Amino acid sequence: MRPFQYQRAHSISDASAIAALPEAMLIAGGTNLLDMMKLQVATPSQLGDIGRIGLDGIQDTSDRGLRIGALATNTATAVHPRVRADYPVLARAILAGATQQLRNKATTGGNLCQRTRCYYFMNVDQPCNKRDPGSGCGAIGGVNKLHAVLGTSDQCIATYPGDMAVALTALGAKVVIAKSDGAERTVPVRDFHLLPGDTPWRDNVLDQGELIVAVTLPPPVAATQLYRKVRERSSYAFALVSIAAVIAIDDGKFARADLAFGGLAHKPWHDPRIGELLVGAAPSPALYDQAADLLLEGAEGHGDNDFKIPLARRTLHAVLAEAVEKAA
Amino acid sequence: MSVHVKQDKPATDNRLDTMRQGVIGKPVSRIEGLAKVTGTAPYAAEYPVEGCVEGVLVTATITRGTIVRIDAESALAMPGVIAVIDDERLTTRPAQGTANEAPQQKPRTICYWGQPIALVVAESFEQARDAARHLVVEYKPDEAAPVEADPSIAEEQEDETVREGNLDKAMSDAAFAVDVTYTTKGHASAAMEPHAAIAQWDGERLTVHASLQMLNYNITELSDALDLPEDRIRLISRYVGGGFGSKLGISEEAVAASIAAMQLERPVRVVMSRQQVFQSIMRRSETTQRLRLACDADGRLTGFGHEALVSNLPGEEFAEPVLQSSHFLYPGEHRELVLKLARIHRMTAGSVRAPGEAVGMPTLEAAMDVLAERAGIDPVELRLRNIPDKDPEQGLPFSSHKLAECLRQGAEAFGWDSAPRRPRLRREGEWWIGTGMASAARVHNVAEARARVTLKADGTALVETDMTDIGTGTYTIVAQIAGEMLGLRPDQVLVDLGDSNHPRGPGSGGSWGAPSIGSAVYVACMAIREALADTLGIDETALVLADAKAGNGTPLTELLGGKDLVREGHYEPGKITDDYLASGFGAFFAEVRVNHYTGETRVNRMLGAFGFGRVLNAKTARSQCLGGITWSIGMALTEALEFDPRDGHLVNRDLAEYHVPVHRDVPDLDVVLVEERDAAASIIQAKGIGELGMCGGAAAIANAIYNACGARVFDYPMTPDRVLAAMPD
Amino acid sequence: MPDELIVNGTPHPLPQDPRVTLLDFLRHDLGLTGTKKGCDHGQCGACTVIVNGLRINSCLTLAAMHEGHQVTTIEGLGIADEPSPLQRAFVEHDGFQCGYCTPGQICSATAMLDEIANGWPSDASETLDGPFEASGAEIRERMSGNLCRCGAYANIVAAIRHVAESEPAA
Repeated sequence: MRPFQYQRAHSISDASAIAALPEAMLIAGGTNLLDMMKLQVATPSQLGDIGRIGLDGIQDTSDRGLRIGALATNTATAVHPRVRADYPVLARAILAGATQQLRNKATTGGNLCQRTRCYYFMNVDQPCNKRDPGSGCGAIGGVNKLHAVLGTSDQCIATYPGDMAVALTALGAKVVIAKSDGAERTVPVRDFHLLPGDTPWRDNVLDQGELIVAVTLPPPVAATQLYRKVRERSSYAFALVSIAAVIAIDDGKFARADLAFGGLAHKPWHDPRIGELLVGAAPSPALYDQAADLLLEGAEGHGDNDFKIPLARRTLHAVLAEAVEKAA
Repeated sequence: MSVHVKQDKPATDNRLDTMRQGVIGKPVSRIEGLAKVTGTAPYAAEYPVEGCVEGVLVTATITRGTIVRIDAESALAMPGVIAVIDDERLTTRPAQGTANEAPQQKPRTICYWGQPIALVVAESFEQARDAARHLVVEYKPDEAAPVEADPSIAEEQEDETVREGNLDKAMSDAAFAVDVTYTTKGHASAAMEPHAAIAQWDGERLTVHASLQMLNYNITELSDALDLPEDRIRLISRYVGGGFGSKLGISEEAVAASIAAMQLERPVRVVMSRQQVFQSIMRRSETTQRLRLACDADGRLTGFGHEALVSNLPGEEFAEPVLQSSHFLYPGEHRELVLKLARIHRMTAGSVRAPGEAVGMPTLEAAMDVLAERAGIDPVELRLRNIPDKDPEQGLPFSSHKLAECLRQGAEAFGWDSAPRRPRLRREGEWWIGTGMASAARVHNVAEARARVTLKADGTALVETDMTDIGTGTYTIVAQIAGEMLGLRPDQVLVDLGDSNHPRGPGSGGSWGAPSIGSAVYVACMAIREALADTLGIDETALVLADAKAGNGTPLTELLGGKDLVREGHYEPGKITDDYLASGFGAFFAEVRVNHYTGETRVNRMLGAFGFGRVLNAKTARSQCLGGITWSIGMALTEALEFDPRDGHLVNRDLAEYHVPVHRDVPDLDVVLVEERDAAASIIQAKGIGELGMCGGAAAIANAIYNACGARVFDYPMTPDRVLAAMPD
Repeated sequence: MPDELIVNGTPHPLPQDPRVTLLDFLRHDLGLTGTKKGCDHGQCGACTVIVNGLRINSCLTLAAMHEGHQVTTIEGLGIADEPSPLQRAFVEHDGFQCGYCTPGQICSATAMLDEIANGWPSDASETLDGPFEASGAEIRERMSGNLCRCGAYANIVAAIRHVAESEPAA
């Protein structure tokens, strides 16, 4: 690790002040940041420890939704009675990710901000436009089994690696962000992460000095919730493809179909056209194929990850079939 | 007093079975177990050494070329940095197993991406790691270096070549034939303890705590690398956190730590990062293998072809011995076995657990499954019909051969259904369920070994050798052999291993550790028994020792009369290795489930039945088998080194992306230990068991995948993408 | 208790260099080498310790972040003369070979049994509502953060099940 000045923040405003310093980063759980700092993928000269500024609560909101503090650990969220009862897709997604040791440290905010595990991004002696703008993309023309098939650019084909955010996307959650001036702004999780475009170094909409303070979930809905993660190893592996599904069936037709996809893009993928197609239609394999057609419109493989296109289609079939069976 | 026994004949007297203590073969818990579970067993990097400074290796960021300049000042100017070591004696590769000489040095010549080139030493680890990152190195890259094995640049390994009869004709004449080509990806040992060393120099003598498997060779290799006589070097490896081949030869960190300690006159610790272990320690070569099998209408093999392409760095002699067991496992008078080696610029290829059979057997046994299907013969039966009565190439007798027993006992214990087989007979929800089986074979090796046994005046025993225990159970089986021979409980035997000041053992590798060091301990104990028998005035064969007493009731302490009795056993395999073909055999049975939609494969249950001579400890031997089966699961489903096609750098250089199996990948496993005494394998009738458990197991899984869902996959590992690509609609 | 963290009941001053991870602090500064460094990147679990009752990877956290925290390492769970039930069961069931992942496995399993007793679900749980049993499937998923390259998993699960079945739930 490069030397850094370590300071503990005691409040949100402390944290914002540290975050606004040059070469500053905030550390909460540290499970992703320290990994990168040891490899010098991240080289902050100021490290603000926000672990003790509160923000770890999980509370009901006035509309029977839920507000999950940015510093609530993944474990605390997954075992919370209301998450288990009303937002099971969120509990399932969290439990499908990483390991208990990591989930005990990882936080809501940190998990949303975690960076890609692209091999080239994580190797400072290889080119990567995300880490080192202008150096090129090692994954294009290299090994890219983990990589994106949707929303890529000629600058970057990395994937967002997380599971939790995929569930939050399906649930229509929002990210509450404290701005450096103390004011707050709210961004739907669906809009929080960015596609790489010409600015692959930007993972999300946070500006320097901004800080996630919470994630809010809308009031629960009567629906079947599933999280499916396809992976090589049966545990402790990133998703090849994952799907979060919030599905309701009424009178033999889809009454709700909120789907989000992991492992396919630089962000949890959500395509509103899929829900629009499904809602009001009767479940059938032909319909699922149409949904997959929408999902995979414009999908492009880069060699090693070509398989993700048929895999996403097949997994979507499996998830919809399972959800319909459970919802019936 | 040293006693030398060269074994020219089978040890048919089975003397261990005539002893009375009753500890040999028993499931004794590891005698070092409490030290390991309480965290007090010290591994190489963990010795408290006053004033120890920290070294971090710097590795190359090009594939091939030379170093023009190392700007030492760029690191020396940083806080805490003591030295930049770029001595010409630094080694750039690990030594191959049993090399007994220094591996390639010349650190300024780059042969692969990630090659160690220098060492930065600082007061603290964080200082050294940061400075190593900042050391400025100027390279002059060579023109493009080949990084992918290509048959056009491959050399035939003529020692391996067998061409007998006319295989092409046998194939065309056969009632049934298969001609299939498989690929296997490279593998990493990925021992949990990274390579580590602490070197101390007192101006005369060098002491190195290191994580090594074969001190008997490593001391010579280190001596050669440093140009320092062996008698001025002491290597200590009391606990080794896994080896699997990766610590067979002296490795880069131990040499670098030694040079730094001698130059700085301060103790130096060097621990490789996990990424460095992946990048600069042995890989198992990837392979491409063509299998041609021809049989008659009864399934008897008439033709047998196995051709393999492997790779290694220029200058390395090692070629993954893919065909090792193919030479003798099955008959077929028309034979063609060819091994080719391509020279490419990836890190050194060398021994990874069960070199050869680990990748040769899973392809052969998958091809046998295709043949069984074509011939309409049950796969167990097909193998039973193809057990040769002697080595099909050299005509040597087998020392002992338990394949048939393993197949039968394994099938019985697993509940193998010998009804006609076809895919997709069983589905549970999204999952296809199926079964598969495969034979196991691994050549037996045995090596020269020495051990000193002291029967102490207090009635306890001490065994000293530089032999290591890399998790295999050496400590415990040595205590059991000495205890059995001398009439002591294992806890009355102090076993002192892993110190090069002790007599030289065989080292841990090639599964030869237990039979070899066990034989040396046996020889030493037999000499002690003879001395005790002399004292009693009886023949050794009449001597009964149990519970620290002679048969006549005389306590050992009394017999010893206040004196220690010391004998060094020196065992050497003689003509037995020329006169017999010795191998462990076994059979694997697996049940898997394959997800119809995603192609994910999970193992429901798996069983291995193995015959490997005398079982020295039923608990630790079973554990070795469990370990091998677990590796079989990894090889079948998840493990693959991925190299960048342009610069050959290892892309997945960590444990997040190189997928060794996790707990959840490994179901309940069963092991059947088949009764055997192999008198021509070693003087204690034992063979090795560290590797047999993964020699073919991946094929049982591959064959089960096919039986489950109809996907015949020809590439290991069988990841979801590959299973889906082969999945029928 | 400023500038200290408590390891196995004993307070220790924090390191000077904030870069020092909890793992290196335990191994290097305190000489508690029972906690192992296998990957240094949260990918193997050999460094698992229990902090304020929760198991974590000590390699992916800074010592400085744990001021005032209670850390339990393998040395704090039991000693050779007085091993913990899990330590004893690992020896009996041969739940290790080389021994390098073992302290992490045991620390992890110790906390894992508490998690089951607390009714926490896992990815292997059929439902999200407890109570949960220390079944083979549950143990395997919950222990998947602890790699064992020797391949002792089957025996580790047997050791843990033995303890889970013989100990009354906490």
